[in-house]
Amino acid sequence: MIELEDLTKRYGDKLAVDGLSFTVRPGTVTGFLGPNGAGKSTTMRMVLGLDAPTRGDVRIEGKHYGELQEPLHSIGALLEAKGVHGGRRAYDHLLCMAQSNGIPERRVGEVLEMVGLHDVARKRPKGFSLGMGQRLGIAAALLGDPRILMFDEPVNGLDPEGIHWIRTLMQQLAREGRTVFVSSHLMSEMAQTAEHLVVIGQGRLLADTSMSQFIAENSRTHVRVRTPEPERMLDVLVEAGLRPATAADGALEVDGSEAPRIGELAAANQVVLHELSTQRASLEEAFMRLTAQSVEYHAYAPGDVQAAVPGGPPGPPAGTAAPPQGGQAPPGGQAPPAWGENWRKGRRG
Amino acid sequence: MSHTTRVLKSEWTKVRSVRSTVWTLATALVVSVGLGALICGVTASTFGDMSTQDRLTFDATYTSFAGMGLGQLAMIAFGVLIVSAEYSTGMIRNSLAAVPQRGTFLWCKVLIAGTLVLVVGMVTSFCAFFLGQALLGSHGVGIGDPGVLRAVVGGGLYMALIAMFAVGITFVLRSPLLAFAILMPFFFLISNILGNVEATKKVGQYLPDQAGTTVMAVVPETLDRPYGPWEGLLIMVAWTVAALVAGFVVLKKRDA
Ligand SMILES: Nc1ncnc2c1ncn2[C@@H]1O[C@H](COP(=O)(O)OP(=O)(O)OP(=O)(O)O)[C@@H](O)[C@H]1O
Ligand SMILES: [Mg+2]
Repeated sequence: MIELEDLTKRYGDKLAVDGLSFTVRPGTVTGFLGPNGAGKSTTMRMVLGLDAPTRGDVRIEGKHYGELQEPLHSIGALLEAKGVHGGRRAYDHLLCMAQSNGIPERRVGEVLEMVGLHDVARKRPKGFSLGMGQRLGIAAALLGDPRILMFDEPVNGLDPEGIHWIRTLMQQLAREGRTVFVSSHLMSEMAQTAEHLVVIGQGRLLADTSMSQFIAENSRTHVRVRTPEPERMLDVLVEAGLRPATAADGALEVDGSEAPRIGELAAANQVVLHELSTQRASLEEAFMRLTAQSVEYHAYAPGDVQAAVPGGPPGPPAGTAAPPQGGQAPPGGQAPPAWGENWRKGRRG
Repeated sequence: MSHTTRVLKSEWTKVRSVRSTVWTLATALVVSVGLGALICGVTASTFGDMSTQDRLTFDATYTSFAGMGLGQLAMIAFGVLIVSAEYSTGMIRNSLAAVPQRGTFLWCKVLIAGTLVLVVGMVTSFCAFFLGQALLGSHGVGIGDPGVLRAVVGGGLYMALIAMFAVGITFVLRSPLLAFAILMPFFFLISNILGNVEATKKVGQYLPDQAGTTVMAVVPETLDRPYGPWEGLLIMVAWTVAALVAGFVVLKKRDA
């Protein structure tokens, strides 16, 4: 268990982490999500006692990190910067970490086996691929067989096989009852791995919720209807009190998930349908909606983003936490193109 | 096994598992001994050309240490690399995550590095002395002559202390580039100038290396310092302790 209480970090006049309070519980994978610069890595460094908090507190199984005599038995971490001496053989890298915590030497061979690096144990990591480096970092995290594991963007730059491997590993670790805390800036990635979700933006907590609840509350569903007679179908839908919208490719989109009713309406009015499907707006979109106000340099007003969601009437995102401050006003001036910009264009067609 | 013993073992694994350890320490030994031998050989063959005054104050022991001025740079390189590699590779975060007691971490590293440089320093000093005296032939001195053993042991201590001074400074500076850019020219050139030019000598002779070398001279006229050989070494010890304490304070206070 990791407990954060009002955790705050200020670098000069930059508030990197702003009053974070949440608890990471055992037995599940907790995703730690936020756009670039949200403060994820900074938070994780504070968990490990590497950076001192400006204010607030973080505890590992009830203790401050500095109070842990041999911390690798309690918590293992893979940090953003890999932190491996390129000239020190993989085996020796793990050995020196193991020795400092009284972990027997045979464990080094075990973890190398677990991550599939036994063949290169005697090689120097400067020749390692990205994936091999990541595996070495994970091997180090597993050394002390800790109850808590913390990974900072473990899948960054990995190929699909590597991503699958890490995802499976994290889920297995959680099944064994361990606390798994993993950061990412990809919602889609987290949706497949994490059961619990903590979202931050500009250092502030935006959501602390279960993944299923987040999906239920944040992914707007709509029904997509394709027909050779769009005008007639449009009339039928409007008459039935629905609010269809026309998508870029000419299909109709109706907010909600009333596919059966729409199919019956079409049948009753003898409209030919080529497609009738329920669509969920991607979680990535939900995530962007949630963090829109907190993304550093964004160029659009929050209202804009919601209007861009297909067929959806604008409305506030279903609250999962206190809405981020900042109001609805677009930021003054002409900001440079933000990320999200491409996505907006794409949706509008 | 106590926590400290474990951290010491870990630091020993770290030191022995990188190539830079071997080549910096081997360079220190080879350069100090080789250059010292060369200068002793040349001195022996040109001894007849020296003035009577020079012959009377000739310091055979100190002459055999003539290579250390250059060899110490490799010792400094060892000290810089052993610390800065932690920062330049990001290993420091793994190190401190494994050993959050930063004092234990630093002093264990200091103890391991210190022991290693002391052994290498002693071997260097004794090799340089015996090889140098052999080449000086009839102009050389014996290890049993007054003050000689002190000078040779002092030479080993000097080499160890200069490396540990670099360790302390690098814990403050963190960056290998910065540490090299400051320490190398300083000990190769600047401190020599400050310690020998009349205008700055009064202060310059208290610089760590200027004070420390006093212990290696047997004939007082060689360096002409206002303090004795052991006092000189003590000044250098004070500098080294100060550098290490500064490094400890920075490590303790700053984010890793
Ligand atoms: N040592 C530091 N000194 C000054 N500012 C820092 C430092 N570390 C982080 N920051 C700033 O704090 C903010 C949060 O950074 P952090 O690296 O924690 O974000 P992140 O969520 O991990 O982002 P990313 O997804 O890009 O990894 C950023 O604005 C960053 O510039
Ligand atoms: Mg990060």
